[in-house]
Amino acid sequence: MKKVIMGNHALSYGAKLGRAQVIAAYPITPQTQVVELLSEMCADKSLDAMFIKVESEHSAMAACLGASLAGARTFTATSAQGLALMHELLHWASGGRLPVVMGNINRAMAPGWSIWSDQNDSLSQRDTGWMQFYCSSNQEVLDTVIQAFKVSEKLLIPSMVILDAFTLSHTYEVVDIPDQKKVDEYLPPFNPSIKLTPEEPHAFGGLTSPEHYFELRYKLQKEMEKAPALIEKTGKEYEKMFGRYLGLVEKHRCDDADLILITSGAMGSTARIAVDELRKEGIKAGNLRIKVFRPFPFEIIRNAVKGAKKIAVVDRNISYGHHGMFFEEVKSALYGYSDGLPVFGFITGLGGRDITPSTFKEITQYTLERDKPKEEIIWIGVKL
Amino acid sequence: MKKEKKMKLSLPEVELMNSGHMACQGCGATLAMRFALKALGQKVALCIPACCWSVIDGPFPYSSLDVPIFHCAFETAAVSASGVKAGLEMVGDKETTVVAWAGDGGTFDIGIQALSGVAERNDDIIYICYDNEAYMNTGIQRSSATPYGAWTTTTPVKHFKNRPKKDMEAIMAAHRIPYIATASIGYPEDLVKKVKKAKEIKGTKFLHIFAPCPPGWKSQPEDTIKLARMAVQNAIFPLYEIEWGEKYTLNIKLKEKKPINDYLKIQGRFRHLTKKEIVFIQEEVDKKWERLLLCVNGSK
Repeated sequence: MKKVIMGNHALSYGAKLGRAQVIAAYPITPQTQVVELLSEMCADKSLDAMFIKVESEHSAMAACLGASLAGARTFTATSAQGLALMHELLHWASGGRLPVVMGNINRAMAPGWSIWSDQNDSLSQRDTGWMQFYCSSNQEVLDTVIQAFKVSEKLLIPSMVILDAFTLSHTYEVVDIPDQKKVDEYLPPFNPSIKLTPEEPHAFGGLTSPEHYFELRYKLQKEMEKAPALIEKTGKEYEKMFGRYLGLVEKHRCDDADLILITSGAMGSTARIAVDELRKEGIKAGNLRIKVFRPFPFEIIRNAVKGAKKIAVVDRNISYGHHGMFFEEVKSALYGYSDGLPVFGFITGLGGRDITPSTFKEITQYTLERDKPKEEIIWIGVKL
Repeated sequence: MKKEKKMKLSLPEVELMNSGHMACQGCGATLAMRFALKALGQKVALCIPACCWSVIDGPFPYSSLDVPIFHCAFETAAVSASGVKAGLEMVGDKETTVVAWAGDGGTFDIGIQALSGVAERNDDIIYICYDNEAYMNTGIQRSSATPYGAWTTTTPVKHFKNRPKKDMEAIMAAHRIPYIATASIGYPEDLVKKVKKAKEIKGTKFLHIFAPCPPGWKSQPEDTIKLARMAVQNAIFPLYEIEWGEKYTLNIKLKEKKPINDYLKIQGRFRHLTKKEIVFIQEEVDKKWERLLLCVNGSK
């Protein structure tokens, strides 16, 4: 069934179709509609779930962890400050191998107060052991929630499904809402082999000496390394059943491109428009949108840029004292594999400043005019 | 043939706590767990945040308890229990009692926000705070449960704690939850009775168990039970219940309230107190006791 819905409701429908059993959440702009609709669904019993209306995001994640350990499928959603408040428990989720799925609406961090989009909130959590999926349409948001449950529960690693504030969260798009029966066929119930139950008492997460801790972390990484292949496999299964592939990256006219613009999130669709216009002007541009940031899809990125003469990575985030974070990761993926391919790092759109096709044209022009980047960071659109 | 006589026990025989745990000698918190589990039985799940008990239970892969434990983050005991309860219900287990088991720091200080949220929603869990009146697991730092006058490593003798212990029962009563009780390891039958009662009530139950700590109180391990009983008899830690935030019941009535002197004397943490300070503490205990009696009498 096709519906015109906002990105936030795409998250809610994803959680509903995924049959989340325990939801715990706390409101924050621009996430509120996610939990409002889920409250309605729980109240009218169209979703058989318990909704714990907690007093903070920290407690939201804590409740999800408890419920997940008891063997229930759990979902929450947050943004920016809320995600930062959860930080401690993000480690707890992955370290405890609890496959919580969370929606995060990318919002800039305060101060000054901002409710608009940038990626510093979720990218600040990159080392917490969560998988991170950056979506570029409401359809992709809904589909990815369902896929994330499947991948997370197989690997026992939590997932963050990420969408831009307002450009996706509050923007209405046509979304195909899959049939529940078919989703049930794709996504079996969560049934962990070990869980918290008096039938078989275990102590979870107790004091762990240097004799054991190291191996637990090694195993977490080893499972994370299985994720790229599993995401591609489950993405193909999804395509077979629902007609939409869910992969690690999305390529647009990359195969014969001289210049590849690398983006993430909703600006991917803007980049595609810019690429098409540049092509008309005779510039052989392409767009590679990185959807999965953790685990980082090294292999597919190395292959995607083969043949390109220049790479421009566009970041809506910054690691202060370093670079844009996608830029860092792309360079590290290409090191030793790309034979000196110049990689330009651009930062733009912080705090929700608009990113338009002309932003990409400016980036393209800068890149075409130079053999290699002269600056560590190339800023686009700073008004001083 | 002679009929075999069966010994009558005042406490349930079941033992869900085993030897081999890692508590200090004379640990009150250990007795609190043993008695509480006797009352709770096997069908229970514990959420234990950072506290002495996160060590006492034993390191991975061991556990000294025959019940499942979720070792959760410091400030999350109450809401972790809510999450476990919801999760168990959604997977079809509506029987298991879920207990948050936290120390005074995890309850009075860092965990109070989550606890308040749980109590306001009246989530169906038992919250048990075993109170040894300081951060003992980290090496005796003051908490808001530390009593007036006590030495800790962060309230040195020259600057001992000059604020009263937080009145946690009053705070919980303000949430109007179905059941609140104080209990003491010095009165095991009363403790077991209260835990059993809490188990039968739906909603948020808050139990506050007084649990002396020899290393932290600078007392002798063999005095743990004695101290726990003294604190009840001198009204420093009276045993009472509050139902729905309104109905107060005194469980151990005192014909004659003992002076606090003997109690303070056998604890090194109070050794520095002058006569004047002891008189002040006695006055405060007396006032608090009178206030409690007013609540109890007002409930009749």
